[in-house]
Amino acid sequence: MRYEAPVSVKEASALLAKERGASFVLAGGTDLLVRMKGGFIEPDLVVDIKRIKPMGEVKKSASGFEIGAAVPCCKLGENSALKKAWPGVVEAANLIGSKQVQGRCTIVGNLCNASPAADSVPALVAAGAKVVIQGPRKKRTIPVEQVPVAPGRTSLAKGEIITAIQLPKRNPRSADAYLRFIPRSEMDIAVVSAGINLTLDSKGVVTAARVSLGAVAPTVLLVDAAAKAIIGTKLDDKALADLAAACSAACRPIDDKRGTIEFRQKVAGVLARRAAKIAYQRAGGK
Amino acid sequence: MPLDTSYTGQKFKLVGTRPLRPDGIDKVTGRAKYGADAFAPGQLVGRVLRSPHAHAKIKKIDTSKAEKLAGVKAVITSADLPDYTNGDRGMFDILENCMARDKVFYDGHAVAAVAAIDADTARKALKLIKVDYEILPHVTDVDEAIKPKAPILHDDIFTEGVEPKPKKPSNIAKRTEFGHGDVEQGFKEADIVIEKTFKTEQTHQGYIEPHACLANVGPDGQGEMWVTTQGHFVYRNQCAQLLGMDISKLRVTASEIGGGFGGKTHIWAEPLALALSRKANRPVKLVMSREEVFRASGPTSSTSIDVKIGARKDGTITAATATLRYASGPFYGMWAELGAMTSFACYDLKNVKSVGYEVLVNRPKVAAYRAPSAPMAAFAVESVIDEIAKKIGMDPVEFRIKNAAKEGTKSSYGPVYGPIGIGPTLEAAKNHPHMKAPLKKNQGRGMACGFWFNFGGQTCTSININPDGTAVVAVGTIDVGGSRASMSLMAAEELGIPYENVRCVVADTSSLGHNDMSDGSRVTFSSGMATVIAARNAIKVLCQRAAKMWDIPEDAVVWEDGCAKPAGANAGTFPPLTLKEIAAAAANTGGPIAGHNEFVADGAGVSFATHICDVEVDPETGATKILRYTVIQDAGKAIHPSYVEGQYQGGAAQGIGWALNEEYIYGKDGRLQNPGFLDYRIPVCSDLPFIDTVILEIPNPNHPYGVRGVGETSIVPPLAAIANAVSNAVGVRMTHIPMSPPRILKAIEGGPA
Ligand SMILES: Cc1cc2nc3c(=O)[nH]c(=O)nc-3n(C[C@H](O)[C@H](O)[C@H](O)COP(=O)(O)OP(=O)(O)OC[C@H]3O[C@@H](n4cnc5c(N)ncnc54)[C@H](O)[C@@H]3O)c2cc1C
Repeated sequence: MRYEAPVSVKEASALLAKERGASFVLAGGTDLLVRMKGGFIEPDLVVDIKRIKPMGEVKKSASGFEIGAAVPCCKLGENSALKKAWPGVVEAANLIGSKQVQGRCTIVGNLCNASPAADSVPALVAAGAKVVIQGPRKKRTIPVEQVPVAPGRTSLAKGEIITAIQLPKRNPRSADAYLRFIPRSEMDIAVVSAGINLTLDSKGVVTAARVSLGAVAPTVLLVDAAAKAIIGTKLDDKALADLAAACSAACRPIDDKRGTIEFRQKVAGVLARRAAKIAYQRAGGK
Repeated sequence: MPLDTSYTGQKFKLVGTRPLRPDGIDKVTGRAKYGADAFAPGQLVGRVLRSPHAHAKIKKIDTSKAEKLAGVKAVITSADLPDYTNGDRGMFDILENCMARDKVFYDGHAVAAVAAIDADTARKALKLIKVDYEILPHVTDVDEAIKPKAPILHDDIFTEGVEPKPKKPSNIAKRTEFGHGDVEQGFKEADIVIEKTFKTEQTHQGYIEPHACLANVGPDGQGEMWVTTQGHFVYRNQCAQLLGMDISKLRVTASEIGGGFGGKTHIWAEPLALALSRKANRPVKLVMSREEVFRASGPTSSTSIDVKIGARKDGTITAATATLRYASGPFYGMWAELGAMTSFACYDLKNVKSVGYEVLVNRPKVAAYRAPSAPMAAFAVESVIDEIAKKIGMDPVEFRIKNAAKEGTKSSYGPVYGPIGIGPTLEAAKNHPHMKAPLKKNQGRGMACGFWFNFGGQTCTSININPDGTAVVAVGTIDVGGSRASMSLMAAEELGIPYENVRCVVADTSSLGHNDMSDGSRVTFSSGMATVIAARNAIKVLCQRAAKMWDIPEDAVVWEDGCAKPAGANAGTFPPLTLKEIAAAAANTGGPIAGHNEFVADGAGVSFATHICDVEVDPETGATKILRYTVIQDAGKAIHPSYVEGQYQGGAAQGIGWALNEEYIYGKDGRLQNPGFLDYRIPVCSDLPFIDTVILEIPNPNHPYGVRGVGETSIVPPLAAIANAVSNAVGVRMTHIPMSPPRILKAIEGGPA
């Protein structure tokens, strides 16, 4: 196995494109190294992106935030501007694993690992985040939800690297929230999760919303019907019940070692309702 | 003269204090050497090939390609482990479990092993071994396995313990029965009878350190093994037998142990490492992965239990019965029997009967797990006890106090109790502030009792007095919970020297006579008693030497405060001789000074505990949080109270995991779905509250210091206490452990729990 740590994206992309055998990008390594140790993958080439300067930065501009692909999740929690604008994305990133894991892991790694239960992904989808992709020849930008296509598979072509995540500019009276269900208090994989992002008008009426669910389908779900259930409301009990029902109905879960279909359907609605209340309050709603 | 080990009420200077353990610094700094930390020149890497099938015939194993791979030094199958067990079925089961012979009996069962120059080569070699299986129908569920149409695991096993002897083979290996009185009559006398069925899923001890050893057998047939184990003498005896070696030719040294809880009382891959080493003529290091530990070591039984209890309105239990079905994996074990013996041991019952069935299933061979089999039985019995108390409108603690066993009670499993602690632990629970603390919405409180026998067993200990007046205690029992500190305290107490002047080590198998394993909560009781006796024997020698130095008769010398003194005015007037002075003079008074003891430590004191637990259940998700937990247990005498508390807390922590989330999950294909700590959910630190402890000391009359074992009882009440708490919080009786969120949510919504 070869290990390379280039200092530019171009170089990294070229190395990956050229390799004939199994090649992998290494960010925090909290998925990749575990899979290597377990003997599930046997890479011929590993390209570490942590020496690529711009990938280690969080930038704020007029159009929003850009988070470099090698930024460890702990850094997101330390960025107060980001936390203020996107509390849901940051709380999702800071749920991953433990303090030790967060010192290493990245939200892009979380996305590219393409687990249906990844914690930061529903929050990113609810946020309407985009990813910037550098290929051997061209650069492209796509919505986050288009990256995972199936458990363990992404839409990235050979040689393509995600360089950053873009979060849009924040409107006033907007906020997001993320909740997951795990049987333990930490160090666990989401059995079901929900992300909510909403904007209120001055009267506290929801004018825009995005609702996402994790671990209830092969990839993260963006549930339009759930968003519709709360748009135009002040998140009264009926709106919350409709939101929960829409989420439960949208689930396409499986029975597995982590939970049953029934359980996931029910709890998806419960979490969406609770996350919506948190987001509403954060956005200034009463 | 027979050995007098009775309790004397001796006043202590050191016993009962809390000095640091001698292994503490090494363990927290990483210097301690565990099973995987040994190295030998030229060592090879051992790896095991395991069956992916739950039940299959092995038609053929072709190892030729693996043998030809460069770097492979040995490949073994069952053909390299001929049967030396001489008709001993128990040993043959161990042999067959270590390496499958004609059939594989579970997902993970070993079929071949390799030794190679590195891990990569070994892994490649495993892939080159071709095993031709004929897949057979399997059964993993304890209730399914006893149905008439279930696939039969062994066609030569006929249920033992039933008359007449059955003609058809069965997955029920044995039936056992305990009790006394007339239960039919007892139920007739009852005002209320409650009968319920319970299930518990299989759990693993979850020790952090996987099984690991370094085996080295030379061409002269002599061998050595470094291994993580709870019983190096037992490992030695069993490995020597399975490999056809003389016991004297195999020397086993125990490493530090990273948890065992019963799982390291059995041999698993150790004979394979020895066989590989013998074949390769090189040292072989074999370390199991976590996945292998889950699939192929010895978890505890999954169970299905029916309990029926009848009581009068005044709170007197008139009759109690239990039928306990315990899965033991593919081989017979006495797990249901232990469940049947312990189920009603806390109570004074006129009419009682418990029946155990050992059920064979296509899962790993069950091993002991801390008070093996008692927690599940206690879960079922203590749940019904709570229901009855509720039905007759009596406080659950009062109800238990009314029916608690006491000195002179004939226990449900036979013996008559001496002085015991069940009543006192219940009284302590009744008066504990925890019992009166207010509860909020969605919160519930539960309590439950537990019993464990405790064990003594074969023990051999030496104390050597060094020339500088320090002492070394060599024990043959593995230190699983701070016992070296306790031994040092007891030796120092007897010798009258500071704790710091005593060093306790676990000697290898060539340095002492046979010692039974560190099981049955026996170490501080048995090795402790042996240490006290060995110290007293050393004191006799010290007194003889002082007599020599003073030139007076031996019986004119007494030992007090760490010094030899003349017994009285008639003996002469000499200033006291310290242990240090006598030790310094040893070369001129008869040579090295030592004390020794070897015996069977009889009279282990039975142990009882009462636990109290508060939980909060989220009614919308079924998630349970443990809010508060209190353990009250009788220690007999707490030699080192901190490590007694550690045992109380550890048992409760493991019980909490078992009660709420831990379980082996098998797919329809008979494969284990969650062989890792991600999906086999033991509690993490933040899942647990501080676990409060109360130590009661009701002396064991058969130990000089009054010690009972304390290691196991603490895992007996938690399943029941938490189930009672959750049931009280949600208003539905929980009958299936673990009470995972999906099960609780389903129960709340009216489905079967
Ligand atoms: C103990 C532990 C606990 C965990 N707990 C959680 C949890 O609670 N929630 C959760 O969601 N996950 C959890 N995980 C999984 C893991 O930590 C996360 O998925 C993490 O975000 C992965 O990020 P990483 O930077 O470490 O990824 P890496 O391991 O470096 O990479 C993951 C995958 O993405 C690819 N990749 C990485 N970066 C790029 C890029 N820029 N472009 C293209 N491909 C890329 C890699 O090639 C690899 O296939 C846990 C893992 C461990 C070990």
